Amino acid sequence: MDDLLREFLTETNESLDTVDVELVRFEQEPNNAKILDNIFRLVHTIKGTCGFLGLPRLEALAHAAETLMGKFRDGMPVTGEAVTLILSTIDRLKEVLGGLEQNEAEPEGTDTDLIGQLERMAMAGAAPSAAAKEEPKPAKPEPAAAPAQTLERALRPGEVSLDELERAFRETSMEMPAIAEKPKAAAKAEVKAKPKAEPKPVKDEIEDKDKIANQSIRVSVETLENLMTMVSELVLTRNQLLEIARRHEDSEFKVPLQRLSNVTAELQEGVMKTRMQPIGNAWQKLPRIIRDLASELNKEIELEMHGAETELDRQVLDLIKDPLTHMVRNSADHGLETPEQRREAKKPEKGTIRLSAYHEGGHIIIEISDDGRGLNTPKIKQKALDLGLATEAELEKMPEAVIHKFIFAAGFSTAAAVTSVSGRGVGMDVVRNNIDQIGGTVDVKSVPGVGSSFMIKIPLTLAIVSALIVEAGGDRYAVPQLSVVELVRAQTNSEHRIERIKDTPVLRLRNKLLPLIHLKKLLKLDDGADSAPENGFIVVTQVGNQTFGIVVDGVFHTEEIVVKPMATKLRHIAMFSGNTILGDGSVIMIIDPNGIAQTVGSAAIQAADTAEDAQQTAHLENTTSLLVFRAGSQRPKAVPLSLVTRLEEIDCKKIELSNGRYLVQYRGQLMPLVRVNDDVNVRTEGAQPLLVFSDAGRSMGLVVDEIVDIVEERLDIQVGSSETMGVLGSAVVKGQATEIIDIGHFLPLAFEDWFRRKEMKQEALTRTLLFVDDSPFFRNMLVPVLKAAGYDVTATPGGEEALAVIKKGQKFDVIVSDIEMPGMNGFELAEAIRADARAANTPIIALSSLTSPASIERGRQAGFHDFVAKFDRQGLIAALKETSAEWAEAA
Amino acid sequence: MSNDNNAANEHVIEYVTVMIGGQLFGLPISRVQDVFMPDRITRVPLSAPEIAGVLNLRGRIVTAIDMRRRLGLPPRSDDKPSMAVGIELKGESYGLLIDTVGEVMKLGEETREPNPVNLDGRLARVSGGVHRLDGQLMVILDVDHVLNTATEAMAA
Repeated sequence: MDDLLREFLTETNESLDTVDVELVRFEQEPNNAKILDNIFRLVHTIKGTCGFLGLPRLEALAHAAETLMGKFRDGMPVTGEAVTLILSTIDRLKEVLGGLEQNEAEPEGTDTDLIGQLERMAMAGAAPSAAAKEEPKPAKPEPAAAPAQTLERALRPGEVSLDELERAFRETSMEMPAIAEKPKAAAKAEVKAKPKAEPKPVKDEIEDKDKIANQSIRVSVETLENLMTMVSELVLTRNQLLEIARRHEDSEFKVPLQRLSNVTAELQEGVMKTRMQPIGNAWQKLPRIIRDLASELNKEIELEMHGAETELDRQVLDLIKDPLTHMVRNSADHGLETPEQRREAKKPEKGTIRLSAYHEGGHIIIEISDDGRGLNTPKIKQKALDLGLATEAELEKMPEAVIHKFIFAAGFSTAAAVTSVSGRGVGMDVVRNNIDQIGGTVDVKSVPGVGSSFMIKIPLTLAIVSALIVEAGGDRYAVPQLSVVELVRAQTNSEHRIERIKDTPVLRLRNKLLPLIHLKKLLKLDDGADSAPENGFIVVTQVGNQTFGIVVDGVFHTEEIVVKPMATKLRHIAMFSGNTILGDGSVIMIIDPNGIAQTVGSAAIQAADTAEDAQQTAHLENTTSLLVFRAGSQRPKAVPLSLVTRLEEIDCKKIELSNGRYLVQYRGQLMPLVRVNDDVNVRTEGAQPLLVFSDAGRSMGLVVDEIVDIVEERLDIQVGSSETMGVLGSAVVKGQATEIIDIGHFLPLAFEDWFRRKEMKQEALTRTLLFVDDSPFFRNMLVPVLKAAGYDVTATPGGEEALAVIKKGQKFDVIVSDIEMPGMNGFELAEAIRADARAANTPIIALSSLTSPASIERGRQAGFHDFVAKFDRQGLIAALKETSAEWAEAA
Repeated sequence: MSNDNNAANEHVIEYVTVMIGGQLFGLPISRVQDVFMPDRITRVPLSAPEIAGVLNLRGRIVTAIDMRRRLGLPPRSDDKPSMAVGIELKGESYGLLIDTVGEVMKLGEETREPNPVNLDGRLARVSGGVHRLDGQLMVILDVDHVLNTATEAMAA
């Protein structure tokens, strides 16, 4: 193909894309002269170039469109109809260009239909403005007026190119009738008619082009790709040289090598930059798509775009383009409601789709959100059932967020009616596949009636990544630095030590238990040489919201590696995302943290999930995580794990006895130690296991003999069977009768004022509180806490009883109620209370393990003031404080 | 290796002969990229058993396939270095690990026979026939099948 033609094609296609965007903007702000100027200039350039290359069909079309736009500049009102017409003209232009690209000649055909329409509209627009002559600034489309203005302007000194263009436009608009009759003669006619005027705009164009040429040049993608490959090889060679230099201590190569290294790094960065493109390029077509969709679906849609300048690798950009378009279409089609529905829902008729992009730690985050109806959870459930993705029982237990993720499953479309827009069932799974392919993740959040939001997280580039080189089982592996949060060295006698709960290794890291995976075991390389199970290097890795530790034998250094895809025969191994050649020439595998996260599976997911989710799951299965330990006797004791802050083993030498109390220096503070009972002896040598409970900056250590296990068990406590202080009752845990410890009893033993600290004193003015919970365990656990917080607590085991107390006329300052109760549940209770004149204004706090958005919404409707997770004692106290503050204000 | 290009008889195919576990095999020379000494093979955990690992051959990553394991033969008892025959399939490089490389032979159709029906299944699957040579038989290695069934075995 002719170089000139090729150049023209790329340039024109780009210009047309820009016109698309600009026109949609223009339709929204018809008074913005700047936008109009831009569009006009672009179309004019296209027309000019077409004439130059002898493409009559394109030229005639562009010309007619230009004429109509010229009318807009003269003040003709911009109608949606007119914009649609110009947009379809642009589509036709693209069509012709497509044919041109394939056959190097304009395809056969005629455009008189469009040209006729354009012309009619231009004429129709001209008539009223011509009639409105009394206006102070009437448009002057009449042939007589145009030259006058042209002359007037041409005489002015220091004219800028825009005016030249404007003049050119006026002249062409005058030519319009002639063109309509003989489109092919247009170019000639124009030149003939204005022999003097034409050269000037052309010169301007050249000047414009010169200016742009000085700043940027067009390079083919292939050239850049080759350059990138070469740089990749250079990086590898550099690495090899560095490796050699490392072995020869004082080599004279060191200094020049260092320089080479720096230059290579800069070169790499530079080449990477050439590949970077603003994400706005992928968005360019969206305003047009949304506009067309809006009219097709009879919806009003506003598209907001933020962070279009955010840059990412071209390769990534290409891969993300289609998924993005699809998701935006989905939002418009499924997400947003019709104006009528929106009116009913008391929302503005115009729905908003918001696109935003930003950088975050080597990744780019793209969010697509709408303020529509949100995902239809029941429908998704039904579809998941139909497709056999889950059983009804499983679905019942799933939190909404998990159910929503089904939309990414293959063949999943909940659209009842298949529209031309979306809903063909090949949607979100393709989106996810595309995103998976580039090592990204996609997540969805949705609140019914409020809208849904998709979040895509993708790496900036795929070619070169920084990786941490680790060793496991005698081989080296690369872990992408992006997912590495930190490195921890675990040693037997240090703060960080690998511990085991049964056979599951965990690490205590800043108040959290981190699930650990031995890379050796994961890769089935376990050679049995597991000499020091408590030692090792732990690569703390984060994937999505899941954090886990990969235990490796050694950690070397970080290296920039060039990712090479795995051979097809090895691609099925989920643990590896690729391989690379290291500086010393050997090939190593690149670990895929996503794959590991999946393999680690449910255990790690549960541990890493937010406490809220864990509790939710625990409740849904009616089980509680219990920490089982022994203290004083062989009879096991247990405490809900969620109450325990940390498990510690303290060197006995650190335990001090002062004033008859045991103390230990712990994290820069003196922490009192309390024995579970008198039979427990504080050890004098070795390590003393402790359960640490922390609350508002204070910690207490509960001295136990041995930490046994963590179990998930259905709690069925027989209360009051024990007279022992500090024991709530007993329950059967793992087939053994186990004492459930009442932490509330021990806390004041450590600090007499544990429950009576300053912050709580303000409200300790004997406020009355009604506490409703069917579980004696929770009543026994929380009543002392609430009492200690200064409330006069009345506890009832159910909704009916609570209502009876209220009906008797007893007044309460605040009511705290469980949600799931046999008989009258929390929602019904709240509704009943709201209906009762005496108690209607009493704030009610829901205490529940079901803290999903839907249940919170349900709670609000029922009249709950606040929603607190069941095990969140601090949250409860805070919520109480808040209500009492509001109450005080109201009083 | 001698590479004689004189007689271009269309029925004559040139084979690179290799020894694997005492058996002579022949690979069509058109499929053989090169013959090299595999150095520093990195094992790939969790891969199919016949995959010996990956190695760096002049900047390319090559997947090495242990032909003895592929054919169900016992591992080598001596510690003489293995050799590898480089093969390309769909843009990817593979190295077939073999015991020793022999000469290049030009063989016509007249000595070629189909697989004997009683040939061991694992061999039959990768064999494209047998050539009767003086004193021994040469099994024609069907390179595509060697690599394809590697996938099948992996999937199983």
